[in-house]
Amino acid sequence: MIDYLLRRLGLMVLTLFGVSVAIFLLLRIVPGDIADIIFESAGMVDPAEKQQIIHDLGLDQSLVMQYLHWIGGLLHGDLGYSYVSEKPVLQEIAPRIPITARLAALALAFAVATGVPIGVITAVRQNSGLDYLLRVFSLLALSMPAFWLGLLVLMGFVNWFGLLPIYDKAPGTLGAWVLMMVVPAATVGLRSSALIMRLTRSSMLEVLRNDYIRTARSKGMPERTVTYTHALRNALLPVITTIGIETAFLFGGLVVTETVFNIPGIARFLVEAIRWRDYPMVQNLVMFIAVIVVTVNLLVDMAYMIVDPRIRLRG
Amino acid sequence: MLFYARRYPLGIAGALILILFVVTALLAGVVAPFDPLTTAPKSALAPPGGRFLLGTDMMGRDVLSRLIHGARISLAVALGAACIGSGLGCLLGLASGYLGGWFDLIVQRLAEMMQALPLLVMALVITASLGPSLVNTIIAIAIPLVPNVARIVRANVLALRELPYVEAAKAIGLGRMKIAVFHILPNTLAPLIVLATAQLGSTILTEASLSFLGLGVPEPYPSWGRMLSESAAEYIRVAPWLVIFPGLAISLVVFGANLFGDALRDLLDPRQAH
Amino acid sequence: MAPVLEVSGLNTIVQSREGIVRAVQDVSFSVEAGKTLAIVGESGCGKTMTALSLMRLVPSPPVKITAGSVKVAGVDLLSLTEREMRDVRGRDIAMIFQEPMTALNPVLTVGYQIAEMVSMHEKLSKKAAWDRAVDMMRHVRIPAPERRAQEYPHQMSGGMRQRAMIAMALACRPKVLIADEPTTALDVTIQAQVLDLIKDLQTEMGTAVVLITHDLGVVAETADRMIVMYAGRKVEEGTTAALFADPLHPYLRGLMGSVPRMGGTAQRLQEISGIVPPLVNLPPGCTFADRCSMVRDRCRTDVPPFTEKRSDHAAACWETA
Repeated sequence: MIDYLLRRLGLMVLTLFGVSVAIFLLLRIVPGDIADIIFESAGMVDPAEKQQIIHDLGLDQSLVMQYLHWIGGLLHGDLGYSYVSEKPVLQEIAPRIPITARLAALALAFAVATGVPIGVITAVRQNSGLDYLLRVFSLLALSMPAFWLGLLVLMGFVNWFGLLPIYDKAPGTLGAWVLMMVVPAATVGLRSSALIMRLTRSSMLEVLRNDYIRTARSKGMPERTVTYTHALRNALLPVITTIGIETAFLFGGLVVTETVFNIPGIARFLVEAIRWRDYPMVQNLVMFIAVIVVTVNLLVDMAYMIVDPRIRLRG
Repeated sequence: MLFYARRYPLGIAGALILILFVVTALLAGVVAPFDPLTTAPKSALAPPGGRFLLGTDMMGRDVLSRLIHGARISLAVALGAACIGSGLGCLLGLASGYLGGWFDLIVQRLAEMMQALPLLVMALVITASLGPSLVNTIIAIAIPLVPNVARIVRANVLALRELPYVEAAKAIGLGRMKIAVFHILPNTLAPLIVLATAQLGSTILTEASLSFLGLGVPEPYPSWGRMLSESAAEYIRVAPWLVIFPGLAISLVVFGANLFGDALRDLLDPRQAH
Repeated sequence: MAPVLEVSGLNTIVQSREGIVRAVQDVSFSVEAGKTLAIVGESGCGKTMTALSLMRLVPSPPVKITAGSVKVAGVDLLSLTEREMRDVRGRDIAMIFQEPMTALNPVLTVGYQIAEMVSMHEKLSKKAAWDRAVDMMRHVRIPAPERRAQEYPHQMSGGMRQRAMIAMALACRPKVLIADEPTTALDVTIQAQVLDLIKDLQTEMGTAVVLITHDLGVVAETADRMIVMYAGRKVEEGTTAALFADPLHPYLRGLMGSVPRMGGTAQRLQEISGIVPPLVNLPPGCTFADRCSMVRDRCRTDVPPFTEKRSDHAAACWETA
């Protein structure tokens, strides 16, 4: 198991390296020098000043040098400076991370807490009216754009409470925070919830076809025990790996939801950085996201290996 | 055909919805009551009903007409991206699975790299680097699809490669290229079609999200996503129809695509043993 | 001695797309305590469906038990509510299945799977139930049972898994044990061990055993009485000795003839020509008619009744006396 882990870690590093090169190059394809933009927007005309800007930003060095400079800094915790605010990237990113992280965690919790039970219900009552209803509903949830859902929620707020909810300040207690965040979290999490529900349902259906379910019934175990202790424990295994994949999807949803609800998180910041062509910011944000996704995937795979006794104990 | 209708009513419903939208999009010029681009400040923010069936926006443009023309753009972008992405992914997957060796390894590592980023983020970054335009939006949505398609096609190819009839084809001296195209490709088509259809919904949503963020389909092309961003904050209170209808259109199309895709998968999935 | 298990006129149907399949037709038999009855027949003859019907474990939408009674110690199982039936399963009547790997839950320890049943039926504490599980595993001759009870099914060999299943089935000392092809998936050497184990436990606990198999060798070794099933019907019944010595029904005769025998000159194995007719559209008359070497006109039009031809030896055939 240890060498599998080491191999995975090695692959992770390789992947992240590839991502860093890709994002670095991608952002420099575009014509339209950042120096020109800054130059023009500041109203300067002197070419010497433009040269100064280029030099300050390190743009006169070769691409390879610029890349190494960035990566070297990254490994030391120095992420460079924002083109826009001229503050260190780390300083801009750091306070926004916990906001998004907590929102993502809440959304995931919501998705699992709703998706799994509904998935179990529809599997146990397969082909009943309730099953069809919930399946159609879940498909609807998957079809709605997350930002539209957010807009509708905001509309609801305006119509019923007469005001738009504000998310700029973080309230003191955890309880108050959850209450405040539950709406955007549910908006982001709805899609994931539908996906988890569908997966749980199909996984349960497959598990319930197995012989050991018949054995459990032949022992006279009550149906509840059969469903939860015998079936669900097996059915949840593939759901665990999906949660890892879901994390990536979640980010996409966070981008639009944070924009709609005006939450100062890191996902919305990415969009802003792209709009302002703040390359150092975009580079680092993308790397950060990649690191998160890859790490979560690794953790989920490890969790799977621990939870499934067939893998944990190779008899 | 009726046989299918009875067994997969939802799938047929989904297909019908899709057909409805496609036809509307194709006949946009004929069906739309007004020109989607001309502004008429005097009729700005008219509620639904009367001349303007679904109301007008802040510049007096008819919402219904913009929706119909927007269908054209949104569907074209989504379909284009889905086809390009699936096609490219299919080619890569075929080559990777059949040729193997270092080509396979490189493609696999590249695919892994691309899967380290969420779909929307990757599309955003590509748009950011290429600049906002119609074509770039299609590219930005198509590229993130490639690794997933390639992975699935590759897995299929690997399974098919070992089958006896491929051995037989090799034994009679058929070249690798011919084997790949004539023997292996047809058998990967079924799961590929299912995959492509399943992705149709997500490509439509991605385009809508990109346009909503202002980084997708640019002016003057009407796009459902952008219609929602233009109207968002300021007009929620006064003109809710500007928010409801474009989103409804997106949801309906994606719903149809998903219904159809689900039914297609149930139909073609060999594991349907009852 | 009154039989512990009395099955009378059992009828089970399967509603399929092609029509109604009569999987079990008018099957009756009885088993006394401490004795073994074998149900013999080829795949698809209805023996497994019969076994599942006894436990009322048939998958309920397509399959339905339409008539008959199944009495265990006098109580008709078919008349019980589902709740009452759950109490009966495992406690009074238990079943072991053919494939031990798929019949055991892969994510629960073997000890847990035995203990949960004991705990439920006998209301024991967790510790007491676990001790009983370990004890039972020792009883079925699994070495180091304390350690093995904490293991998962995939960590055991096939023979050990089957023993664990037997331990699980007999943990509450049921009156009736149904064994559905218990040795088919095992190596020949292990087969003998498992059969001996079942026999020993049966002697000790006085369990009535219904053994389902297609292997006549197993029947000869272990069964006191046997019934032969074909296309859902019972075609012959009697003591094992009698049926082996003097098979009456042409089907059984064909089966006996097709078993290779040790010693003697090597002869071509006798085969039964034809195949089992599809159970949806059964021809009128005897279902074996098309394959029978002794067939007459009457066989094709009238279903032969199940009659006693010798003392304690009955068959359903027009031609045998």
